[in-house]
Amino acid sequence: MTKAKKILITGNEACGEGAVKAGCRFYAGYPITPQNELTAYMSRRMLEENGVFIQSESELAAVSMIFGASLAGARVMTTSSSPGISLKQEGISYLAGCQLPAVIVNIMRGGPGLGNIAPSQADYFQSTKGGGHGDYYMVVLAPHNAQEMFDFTYEAFDIADKYRNPVMILSDGALGQMMEPAFVDRKDKAKGRKQKNWILNGCKARKPRVIRSLYLKDGELEARNKDLQKKFDKMRKDEVKFERYKTNDAKLIMVAYGTSARIARSCCDELRKKGKAAGLFRPISLWPFPYKQLESLDKGKTKFLVIEMSAGQMVEDVNLAIQDRKRVYFHGRMGGGIPDEKDIINLANRILK
Amino acid sequence: MDKNKSLTDVKMHYCTGCGHSVIHRIVCDVIDELGVREKVVAVAPVGCAVIAYEYWNFDVTEAAHGRCPAVATGIKRVLPENIVFTYQGDGDLAAIGTSEIIHAANRGEKITVIFVNNGVYGMTGGQMAPTTMVGQRTATSHKGRDITRDGFPLKISEMISILDGVKYVERTAVHNKEGISRTKEAIKKAFNVQLNNEGFSMVEVVSLCPVYGAKSIKEAYQRIDDTVTKVYPLGVLKG
Repeated sequence: MTKAKKILITGNEACGEGAVKAGCRFYAGYPITPQNELTAYMSRRMLEENGVFIQSESELAAVSMIFGASLAGARVMTTSSSPGISLKQEGISYLAGCQLPAVIVNIMRGGPGLGNIAPSQADYFQSTKGGGHGDYYMVVLAPHNAQEMFDFTYEAFDIADKYRNPVMILSDGALGQMMEPAFVDRKDKAKGRKQKNWILNGCKARKPRVIRSLYLKDGELEARNKDLQKKFDKMRKDEVKFERYKTNDAKLIMVAYGTSARIARSCCDELRKKGKAAGLFRPISLWPFPYKQLESLDKGKTKFLVIEMSAGQMVEDVNLAIQDRKRVYFHGRMGGGIPDEKDIINLANRILK
Repeated sequence: MDKNKSLTDVKMHYCTGCGHSVIHRIVCDVIDELGVREKVVAVAPVGCAVIAYEYWNFDVTEAAHGRCPAVATGIKRVLPENIVFTYQGDGDLAAIGTSEIIHAANRGEKITVIFVNNGVYGMTGGQMAPTTMVGQRTATSHKGRDITRDGFPLKISEMISILDGVKYVERTAVHNKEGISRTKEAIKKAFNVQLNNEGFSMVEVVSLCPVYGAKSIKEAYQRIDDTVTKVYPLGVLKG
């Protein structure tokens, strides 16, 4: 057996390769910066793997195409960046309503509106609190380097199939476009995958099946919603992921994900050099949010500093975990601004005084 | 009439005189005659036919409003041996789903589209459709469709028939016996185009709403001969 080698790869391409290795053989997408490398990569890889690549006429069509391919049994993915993800919300709600697995990748950029093409984390609310209409959630995973772009995408397809629900990879333009070394050599799950037992593929030797989200009869939709909620409760229990960095003795715990978490980690190291007890709590599953795990780090006087590339969105979840809001601080940059280490360290020093 | 394998025993909810029940029967007859029921995956629309899956005895899904051709694209590309068709009204196909129908047709997706044109939004209460006749009164065109404000009846079949990916387009009507026979022939042809892997096929069926847009069922039937088929001439547009 040859030893797996790290290769230099962009986050966008690592994400694409994670999908291919997970057995994704159907991709539909529409060009938008800063995720274009991903669409181009899937175009090439689907050709090589005899999969389907469609450059759709719109984001609405792309998400509807993966809806169709998913109900026909394929592992499916669509990717975009913030304005395009807004358009996909219709389809995401239908995927959740029809209990169809799919992986949706958002390489976030600055907003609102057309915004800009710089990295951002301003779609946290949209991703974790619904986005589309109706009562639904999806597992949202936030990678913070090229390796995790690969790993989380690879894993997302299993989570999507396990719950028959869409899963989102929430990343940003910096992580998408930056090149880093990563292992992208994992077992190809396309081989030997069993056919799903709920798909529509013609009613030969079985009763016809219907896949729908419309429930008009009295009480039927509420019952359906209760079933969905049971599923979401199970996700809340089993799909929480996070990372702790030097939190054991920390008097100040930074809370950040994705690009912000990388910056926060460097700040912690700098503060530690000066003898300041700083640590980092990095939520990996943004939904379900690791409330209890974060709460368990609160020793009564611990200070929390939330760092985001937004006006303050995840900080609301941190406030739910840490009841004493006076000890929760926030530093954010908006519209494509990236938090500066100096600003964070200065703020941390003030908080620790 | 003989029991149709492709239709369930569920009593249809359609209003008396509505074209949908007739068109459902025709589609299901064709599927039975071609012997492809067990290969069919159908895509139901949003509109009056939104619960078509209650009446169809084969695999059915239901798309978001207008997105049927994109959903059908996904299904057919994964299951090229299956028979995939969409069943869409004029609001679904000619308004909110204009983009999806044009691009699926242009890609030459090997799907079949049954486009039911009754000139009005039935389910939501009789609003103006892109296919509403000029001068026709609806819930959202109180003094009749006004071309200066509402534009002209949209001719999707003509528009897509010029596209190279499109193999067969025909417009028929179901307001009389001859029309019903012709519609059945056209739908059979459209399915055969798909069975032979030739390309995109669509049949636009001029239908009627017995409740909205006309004072009586009789008037709705009469309008098809008097004005609708003048604006939307019947016949083969391509193939």
